[in-house]
Amino acid sequence: MPISPLLSVDGLTASVDEKTILHDVNLNIPAGETHVLMGPNGAGKSTLGHLIMGDPAYTQDAGTILFDGQDMSDLSPDKRSRAGIFLSFQAPVEIPGVPLSSFLRATIAGRPGLEMRGKEFRRRMKELCAELDMDPAYLNRELGVGFSGGEKKKVEMLQLLLLQPKLAILDETDSGLDVDALGVVSRGMDLYRKSTDGTLLIITHNTRILEHLDVDRVHVMVNGRVVREDDASLIDWIDENGFESFERAAENDAAENAR
Amino acid sequence: MAKQRTEVADIDRTLYDITDSEEGFERLDAGLTPDIVREISERKDEPEWMLDFRLKSLEIYRKMPNPTWGPSIQGLDMDHIVTYVKPNTDQQATWDEVPDDIKNTFERLGIPEAERSYLAGVGAQYDSELVYHNMQDTAAKMGIVYSGIEEALHEPAWEALIRSKFMTLIPPTDHKFAALHGAVWSGGSFVYVPKGVKLDFPLQSYFRLNAKGAGQFEHTLIIVEDDADLHFIEGCSAPKYNVANLHAGAVELFVGKRAHLRYSTIENWSKNMYNLNTKRARVDDEGEIEWISGSFGSHVGYLYPMSVLNGRKSRSSFTGITFAGAGQNLDTGCKVVLNAPDTSATVETKGISKGGGIQTFRSSVVVTPKAEGARVSVSCASLMLDDESRSDTIPAMDVRAKNVDIGHEATIGRIGDDKIFYLMSRGVPEEEARAMIVNGFANPVAKELPLEYAVEMNNLIKLEMEGAIG
Repeated sequence: MPISPLLSVDGLTASVDEKTILHDVNLNIPAGETHVLMGPNGAGKSTLGHLIMGDPAYTQDAGTILFDGQDMSDLSPDKRSRAGIFLSFQAPVEIPGVPLSSFLRATIAGRPGLEMRGKEFRRRMKELCAELDMDPAYLNRELGVGFSGGEKKKVEMLQLLLLQPKLAILDETDSGLDVDALGVVSRGMDLYRKSTDGTLLIITHNTRILEHLDVDRVHVMVNGRVVREDDASLIDWIDENGFESFERAAENDAAENAR
Repeated sequence: MAKQRTEVADIDRTLYDITDSEEGFERLDAGLTPDIVREISERKDEPEWMLDFRLKSLEIYRKMPNPTWGPSIQGLDMDHIVTYVKPNTDQQATWDEVPDDIKNTFERLGIPEAERSYLAGVGAQYDSELVYHNMQDTAAKMGIVYSGIEEALHEPAWEALIRSKFMTLIPPTDHKFAALHGAVWSGGSFVYVPKGVKLDFPLQSYFRLNAKGAGQFEHTLIIVEDDADLHFIEGCSAPKYNVANLHAGAVELFVGKRAHLRYSTIENWSKNMYNLNTKRARVDDEGEIEWISGSFGSHVGYLYPMSVLNGRKSRSSFTGITFAGAGQNLDTGCKVVLNAPDTSATVETKGISKGGGIQTFRSSVVVTPKAEGARVSVSCASLMLDDESRSDTIPAMDVRAKNVDIGHEATIGRIGDDKIFYLMSRGVPEEEARAMIVNGFANPVAKELPLEYAVEMNNLIKLEMEGAIG
């Protein structure tokens, strides 16, 4: 029996301000696998992550996003979240005046199996903070306000572990991540994989984050197109050769199409 | 499953919109003439000097122009405003003696309940007159006086003091509606806190304007002597009518040396109200005035509580929140005059506009040459909830002293789409995400409001989710 993938992006074309930025993108991720989406700056990797999550900043012009057998295209981001998709942000926002703990409680409210009463919630928070080596005093701070890059990453990983999504998309395109932040993300991924049968899509151009990680498939994106898909060996190859050959090939294709 | 509906709603006004019958009330003719002023004075049987004061104020009123710098008050026609409406009762000292209709109104507003649970005294005004005034015995034994100001005016012991203070901080020449107030003022509270006396529980006066097309002109006079401490709460509301109502009260506060006064106001007038209110405090050496101000109601509001820091090292803080919804133009802020060495003032305000409402923060800070070493910090933030609403900030500063430390910070913005997306991506529905952001924005100021007015804030930002916002 053919297993239908957990996430199936089929023929996805998308635009922002009437400019097409994703062209006919196909991406399949079976449940339980770890995939990596790589590519040079501006290739559209983050855009794809945001589109899967339902960011209204982008318009889905064609194609489908099937998740867990359900078409996501018309669902708002909160419904996609509740269906089991999680997107960790490259640059999480700041919400002044809202304590982190209040926000976290709102994210689990009404989720079967995740909603917790006060005492249980506090115990769970204590556990997660310990696992992420995070000071529980953070929970009383305003969401994101005055947090360092590493601290913001910890809060993203805390939510990943709290929400236990079926699919976690980790947008780590920011090459400016310092060693601490990298460590936090690696640890978060490990814990997520250990605690659930989770599925991962890691968006990055920094291969260091992928060390010690069993990667199933690698997708390479250039100029809004997925141009290559292969197994984990592709990571080492990219590490050595970079994206130049993919970019050249894409340029040649474009030139050919224009002819 | 917990109830989750959450939204940034207009203020739910059902509670305030219930009107009472006016049977047995006495209404003077609409408009403003010396005869009407004489009749008000006569009914109150007040000293001759007060009648003279009223008539002089009326003359000043007639000569002064309307303000030309703020929201339009063209819809306010003084010829149609009834300046005096006497309810069908005299002032009572127990709620049982207050007529049922009026008593029920105050019950709905939660006043007697608050009185039982944590207030040291309550004054309740209905239209032009106080209908209830009472203070706990413990406070009376401390020598604190809390009564109707007209009642106090009939006591020889207080008449001279009131005469020496009345409308000295806000002279009738100050502006047109101060002059109007001087002519037709009626009701309001008088508080005297003797030297060194510190009252742990607040006093509260509540002003309810039920009469259609009427004005309310209460005068609040508070004297907090040296080393004394008081928290005074003022609340006001009215049902909505399709004609203009007017509120032109005056609040004069005298804060002694090392004394402390916290003055909290929740204004929730209906959206046909012109709120042209004036409040002023004078603070002596090392004394402190704290203004807490919530402005949620009114069609048009001009409200700028003013602190005059006359004593060395005296302090003022102003904490305010204004919410302007559909059909509202609220021009609020504060004024501070730093007029002695080492004085300090802080201003922190939050403004929210929604549904086409206009919210303007306006402030004036004056540091006179006497105020060497003064410190001032002004911070005002505004949030517009949609594209049709407007927020402005108009801060003015006039600094004429040496060695001063002045800080100013202003932000105006909308709710960022990126923030909404972030919250939604974690499973928070859109309306709830908006409410969370607005709540977070308002929270630092809203938490300063008196506890019992949590209902106002809950109406403002409906949050029915179980324990979601701490």
